[in-house]
Amino acid sequence: MNGRRPYVRPMAGWWRRNPYFIEYMVHEATALFVGGYALLLVAGLACLAAGEAAWNAWLAWLATPPCLAFSLLSLVALVYHTITWFLIMPRTLPPIQLGGRRLSARAITTTGLAIATASNLLLLLLVGWLSR
Amino acid sequence: MSARNIEMTVLRYRPEQDAEPYPQAFTVPFTDDMSVLQGLQYIKDELDASLAFRWSCRMAICGSCGMMIDGVPKLACKTFLRDCSPAGVRVEALAHFPIERDLVIVVDDFLAKLQSITPYIVPREARSPAAGEYLQTPQQAALFEQFSACINCLLCYAACPQYGLNPRFLGPGAIALLHRYNMDTRDAGQDQRMPLIHAEDGVFNCTAVGYCSKVCPKAVDPANAVNLNKMESAKDYFLRLLPGARSRA
Repeated sequence: MNGRRPYVRPMAGWWRRNPYFIEYMVHEATALFVGGYALLLVAGLACLAAGEAAWNAWLAWLATPPCLAFSLLSLVALVYHTITWFLIMPRTLPPIQLGGRRLSARAITTTGLAIATASNLLLLLLVGWLSR
Repeated sequence: MSARNIEMTVLRYRPEQDAEPYPQAFTVPFTDDMSVLQGLQYIKDELDASLAFRWSCRMAICGSCGMMIDGVPKLACKTFLRDCSPAGVRVEALAHFPIERDLVIVVDDFLAKLQSITPYIVPREARSPAAGEYLQTPQQAALFEQFSACINCLLCYAACPQYGLNPRFLGPGAIALLHRYNMDTRDAGQDQRMPLIHAEDGVFNCTAVGYCSKVCPKAVDPANAVNLNKMESAKDYFLRLLPGARSRA
């Protein structure tokens, strides 16, 4: 007789079992804010196409407290999204050889974050200059 | 070295009498040089001879003693009791695998996957020993060396929630080894391995949690192998749409 009776443990609530998985779910959830903010911008584009009155109404709506709160929350979520995105980046790239040595994960993450910060500052400066 | 005591709570499961696993606490005297594995050996030798667990080398080479230690996949031989909480340590069979008995898991699924990836060099052409050895530069060896450090301990599978949710997923360990042979300049077996990467249960089951690489005791970085092959798989999918492209295997 075969006495084997392997026990399969349930997966329900798996992401609450380990702080690493909780952080993973949080940084994945920030994608909802990326999507939400994209919808907000698409709505603005639709209003722009609909005419001046709709566009001004959208601009006025942007300045309402709930919308400002959502924008601020999205900013925090997107900054966190960006940081975690560059933290996982070294795991997705082929080995990069520089001067006969392999580029470290830390160097890849730091370079990515530096480029992201610089390009955002540049964009802010450009928008500031255009809207003088 | 004076001995202190630690409470080791072990998840027991005896299929012939238990409906489901249950925790059992043991008080184990330990010294600073004792690993969790040695704690389990103390339990088996002195307290309860029926406790079942796998081990062999005691030095992180054989990959037999992987288990959940305080909820984290670790090698019991590489984890010291002195580093565990003085309040006690929880030991459980590796997550995401069926429990055969106590801390012993059923590894049949992984062994079948390991066999499926052709885990050996497929020669480019038939050679005789008289032809001499295959030559390879250090730069060529560096392409796969890291992935060849895998000891099949399955900690990465216990760290992968996607494998837990879909056990058909080829998984981090097997994909890291598949990549190891594909990257080897002496090998010509890529065409027979890649269908496994492209398949429904291939690389795109991975959602880049990255915990597999974090828990790997040999710094293999399986998440890197998986994600590099996502790129290969995407290239394969889209390039076949170009005129004159070779058809997919």
